Amino acid sequence: MSIKRVYPREEFCMGCRLCEVACITVHSESGDTIKAYKKEFPREPSRIWFEEKKPECFSFMCRHCDEPDCLEACISGAITKDPETSIVTIDEDICVGCWSCIMACPYGALKKKVRKDNKMVSTKCDLCIGRGINPACVQACPNRALVFK
Amino acid sequence: MLFRPVSQAFYEFYVKRDKDRCIQCRVCERQCSYEVHSYDAKENVMNADHPKCVGCRRCEYMCPTDALKITLNESTFRPNELWTNFHRMAIIKQRETGGILLTGMGNDKPYKIFWDHLLIDACQVTNPSIDPLREPMELRTYLGSKPDKLELEEKKGKLKLKTKITPQLKLEYPIMFGAMSYGAINLNVHMAMAIAAKELGILYNTGEGGLHKSLYEYGPWTIVQCASGRFGVHAEYLNAGAAIEIKIGQGAKPGIGGHLPGEKVTKPISETRMIPEGSDALSPAPHHDIYSIEDLRQLIYALKEATDYTKPVSVKIAAVHNSAAIASGIARAGADIIVIDGFRGGTGASPTIIRDHVGIPAELALAAVDQRLRNEGIRNSVSIVVSGGIRGSADVLKAIALGADAVYIGTAALQAVGCTVCQRCYTGKCPWGIATNDPYLAKRVNPEIAAEQLVNLVRAWGHEIQEILGALGINAIESLRGNRLRLRGIGLTDREMEILGVLPAGE
Repeated sequence: MSIKRVYPREEFCMGCRLCEVACITVHSESGDTIKAYKKEFPREPSRIWFEEKKPECFSFMCRHCDEPDCLEACISGAITKDPETSIVTIDEDICVGCWSCIMACPYGALKKKVRKDNKMVSTKCDLCIGRGINPACVQACPNRALVFK
Repeated sequence: MLFRPVSQAFYEFYVKRDKDRCIQCRVCERQCSYEVHSYDAKENVMNADHPKCVGCRRCEYMCPTDALKITLNESTFRPNELWTNFHRMAIIKQRETGGILLTGMGNDKPYKIFWDHLLIDACQVTNPSIDPLREPMELRTYLGSKPDKLELEEKKGKLKLKTKITPQLKLEYPIMFGAMSYGAINLNVHMAMAIAAKELGILYNTGEGGLHKSLYEYGPWTIVQCASGRFGVHAEYLNAGAAIEIKIGQGAKPGIGGHLPGEKVTKPISETRMIPEGSDALSPAPHHDIYSIEDLRQLIYALKEATDYTKPVSVKIAAVHNSAAIASGIARAGADIIVIDGFRGGTGASPTIIRDHVGIPAELALAAVDQRLRNEGIRNSVSIVVSGGIRGSADVLKAIALGADAVYIGTAALQAVGCTVCQRCYTGKCPWGIATNDPYLAKRVNPEIAAEQLVNLVRAWGHEIQEILGALGINAIESLRGNRLRLRGIGLTDREMEILGVLPAGE
């Protein structure tokens, strides 16, 4: 089943990185931008990699591959692909922080994360499941440089 | 300030940052093309270099936590009606540089705005108004020379038109997007105007920078301009559009030619304009082949010959003292459309002194031209388009009532796609990505979004115009053209009302 993914359109990306601000906000504990940045330690990382070589730039995140390399590499079984939604997610409680997935991903889409309880895990885009509407980055982009299709 | 001249010490805008709201995301730093904001990594704070701020408010718009407020510098000189801030700072800048002060956009000085002194009639009791939601309301307008009379003949039992009608432009709304050159603004904005013009059934004007190859497909919705610099003018270009406009002058700088600073002449601009990269594109003041009205007639007919008489030829003049006589000459020279650009018209670059002191209001020039052409019995030989400070649908309606067939909007169209009129277009650093050819900045205008915004603007004005027409008891815009009796003046002198041809409110 082909899923909707977030695609960057670099011809419209203006390098503002508000996508990252939105990602951090919606994944934070408080869900409030100011609290997420100023009161939560360690700060929730954004699941977006921002690439720039002026004038070109774009946002990049997990492609939710049909046959994910990260899932194959995961030694603890923390990474699963939902058969219905096709979204690839990491269960941070099962994750042991070996970071094999980070090394395995051919796109380099995963990031290291330190949780509040000091546990080291991996993290990546989860297409904002649970948010109910479009992914936050797509909604926050002021120039329609990110599309959800 | 250390190492800074006085002109920077007395700055105009102060950047207020709420430290409790600022999350040091640095979006202000990245978005400000004037390098106002900077990040101090050691202290983890954002700093602002106030003298560099031009008051465009881009950072305010982009800040995710509403931490920024751009305010006027509270610090003031002793109040003086004669020596305003503007005059003081002009002297300070000129004592440092010895140069001409440049600016962008239109005249911002407190001259009388005649649109704000004209009121519109409404029907009551004796003359019923029309409900625009229930009755058809015609906004369609045709621009071009109209014949003196129509001759009909009978052919095979049917009536046919014998008189040959000269080429006409069909507009679904009496509004067009004004001439803003490719170079002054970038391809993304031109593309948005082309797409919007097609969607709305109106036209946009290329301005004097030529027509980019990728926009030839929008030719039927394009007016190509032939200005004194003849930038980008060749046979294909002339035939690409629906009409050709000879630019004699523009309201923002009557008597002088267009100016595109070298910083804005990038490779694609230089190719389309046919000039070297990085060189200032200065259009000469007169067309060097037009030194009399006969020369203008020669050019008009040369252009008609080049396009096989299939396209109307328009002539654009700035509103100056004897606009009426000039317009009469232009009509007799064979033009199909006359465009009058008033002194509030915008520009990408102009000497401030010319923009603020040369030219007259569009409203007065329009009324004078319309009346003169009617007096001479040649009003039907041309359509009149007015521009220069049309801010909303009421201005459009008043312009039509004063005699215009349609209006051009320039500044309003740019504001629809993000412009905040900071008047720094000549720097090529437009943070909204409009008046810049820097590819990094130009990306900020997404033609998809910009076209939607332009379509929305004209549709909104169209609905408002229909509402007012309904209130006037008119169901077609052509019934309002030159219908001065439906206007009344308020706060105008007798002489001004005489020139505008309106009665005072109350009479």
